[in-house]
Amino acid sequence: MFSAVGSLTVMGVTLGGLLGVASRYLAVEGNPIEAEIQALLPGSQCGQCGYVGCAQAAAALAAGTAPVTLCPPGGRALAQELAAKLGVKADLSAVADDGPKVARVAEEICIGCCRCIKVCPTDAVIGAAKQIHNVIREACTGCGACIERCPTEAMTLAPIAVGLQYWIWPKPLAAVA
Amino acid sequence: MGFLERIFREPRWGVHPDDRKRPAADAPLRKLPPPARVYMPLQQHVGGAARPIVLAGQKVLKGQLIAEASGNISAPIHAPVSGIVAAIGDVTAPHASGLPFAAITLASDFEERWVEGEEISDPFSLAPEEVARRTAAAGIVGLGGATFPAAAKFALGRRLKVDTLIVNGGECEPYLSADDRIMRDRPDEVVDGVRIVMHAIGARQALVGIEDNKPEAIAAMRVAAAAFPEVNIRPVPARYPMGSDRQLIITLTGREVPADARAAEVGVLVHNVSTCAAVHRAVRFGRPLVERIVTVNGGAVTRPGNVFAPIGTLVQELLDFCGLDEAPARIVMGGPMMGTPLAHGQVPLVKGASGILAFDAREAHVPPAGPCIRCGNCTRACPMGLQPLELGARVRAGDLDGAAKLHLGDCMSCGCCAYVCPSHIPLVQYFNHAKGELWAKERAKLRTEATKRLAAARLERVEREAREKAEAAARRKAERAAAKARTAAEAQAGAESGAAPPAQSQHEGETA
Repeated sequence: MFSAVGSLTVMGVTLGGLLGVASRYLAVEGNPIEAEIQALLPGSQCGQCGYVGCAQAAAALAAGTAPVTLCPPGGRALAQELAAKLGVKADLSAVADDGPKVARVAEEICIGCCRCIKVCPTDAVIGAAKQIHNVIREACTGCGACIERCPTEAMTLAPIAVGLQYWIWPKPLAAVA
Repeated sequence: MGFLERIFREPRWGVHPDDRKRPAADAPLRKLPPPARVYMPLQQHVGGAARPIVLAGQKVLKGQLIAEASGNISAPIHAPVSGIVAAIGDVTAPHASGLPFAAITLASDFEERWVEGEEISDPFSLAPEEVARRTAAAGIVGLGGATFPAAAKFALGRRLKVDTLIVNGGECEPYLSADDRIMRDRPDEVVDGVRIVMHAIGARQALVGIEDNKPEAIAAMRVAAAAFPEVNIRPVPARYPMGSDRQLIITLTGREVPADARAAEVGVLVHNVSTCAAVHRAVRFGRPLVERIVTVNGGAVTRPGNVFAPIGTLVQELLDFCGLDEAPARIVMGGPMMGTPLAHGQVPLVKGASGILAFDAREAHVPPAGPCIRCGNCTRACPMGLQPLELGARVRAGDLDGAAKLHLGDCMSCGCCAYVCPSHIPLVQYFNHAKGELWAKERAKLRTEATKRLAAARLERVEREAREKAEAAARRKAERAAAKARTAAEAQAGAESGAAPPAQSQHEGETA
């Protein structure tokens, strides 16, 4: 009996000691998943998720306090990726993903106030004071930050038309597995 | 012996469908009278869409440049008829999606007046760059269906010091005979084009691979090439997809093109026979690519055959010209294996379209798909050495990354797997879907990266502007301080010398 108790004690002490040493020397600074999540996020700091920027959103995601569907510009694809990364099930029905969008200026209403230029996270709006502004389609992420800032409602988000190059063959309807 | 030879020569990949090329291939070439309207799409090639340089209402001659190339990989578009530019706008694309794309609509004046072309008696005295320039200016693209700008390929061949030009006369797709017809009717043009292309890329020899189910074409080409020992006519076994560049290269030269490399990297370049004939016309006569031979075939066609038609002609007009026995159950542009299904006939003929097929209900019938029985026929048939059954299962389950790991990217959608599948599983459609999805994902990733770059650039700009503003403010402050000190010093100097008035006026100025 003593030998059993003794050996278990020795094992417990040794393994416990090892764990203690490991926790000190192999400690991880910060949460590595946070950096990985931040790499996935668009990085435009548009603030639509309710956090100040993408870094804060990544922190919240890593901590599990934010849903994976938080990023409107990322859409369904990003939600799926985040769900896979965090190992959670994403409720994708809530993600209103009606395809990529791009901002457009209604030139007859634009007064050239430059407010949208100041809020655009990717510098996609060009123009000057009292000049009609315009959007560089390639640079616009469709985050919608400019929409709220526009005093004349000249800024709108329009869906990008599916061109030939972006068309994808539909998946065949599998009748049998 | 012949039997053994056949066993060793016969490739192990691919399928051997009933070719159904005759009687269309034997029918003499017909010429389509100029249609009342042609629709010239701006994107008929791989690369950037052409930029229109004409306005609606403008008069144009046949062969006149109407849209110029944009970017390095692009091709210009020329008027296929003489007449008036009726409109520049969207038409239905010859694409499975049936989405619209931009095209220039020309109303024909039926006069067929050609634009003046510069004729050259000896193209071999030209520099290779000049040959490439003339080819590019004529808007020539790969006419086998890939539609890669031919001149861009010339430059690639010269840069990588290609020694062999492979001329693709395989035409392995069933039903099609456009290349067969051009080799039978215009073998001299083809051979001359081959020699011009060899000159342009600096190749020492040309191997013309022709499937052995086209004996007339082989005979005609042998006669035409008799005077030129550097042009070798090589019959190859009729086997689908022999017309695919990798398969033809390995059959003719024994060289295998690595999965992530181009043909030029193993020292060969592949051009189609029709492309070579187009190069001949462009370089010798300055004629741009505005017409082509197209096979009109299929069970619903009354008089199947090959038609020499202006590019931009509506598919429906071609079908009407050859006659329809019944309303086609399915219209396909290109071959039956890799062609594009069309929703209707109001779609323009494009440069890369070698055939228009109108199938009757029997030909178009697609049996319902059954379960995979893991027979492995698809694996044997796949010319790229893939495992279509495994790929298909992954795509069906939505595991796109798993499919990519099994080299889905190497699949060329030739359709051999779906053709041999006893369960009629639409494997190619699964693969096309998966490739599109993977590509969209890749694009989204690139976009995210671009957004990050832009956001970082903006941050940098905002910081720089703030810094510059602060610096400017500091500079102004320093200047003001210096000015003040100067005035004070002057005032002091004035007071010392007894000249008070200037200092006083300065003070007034400051307070004001």
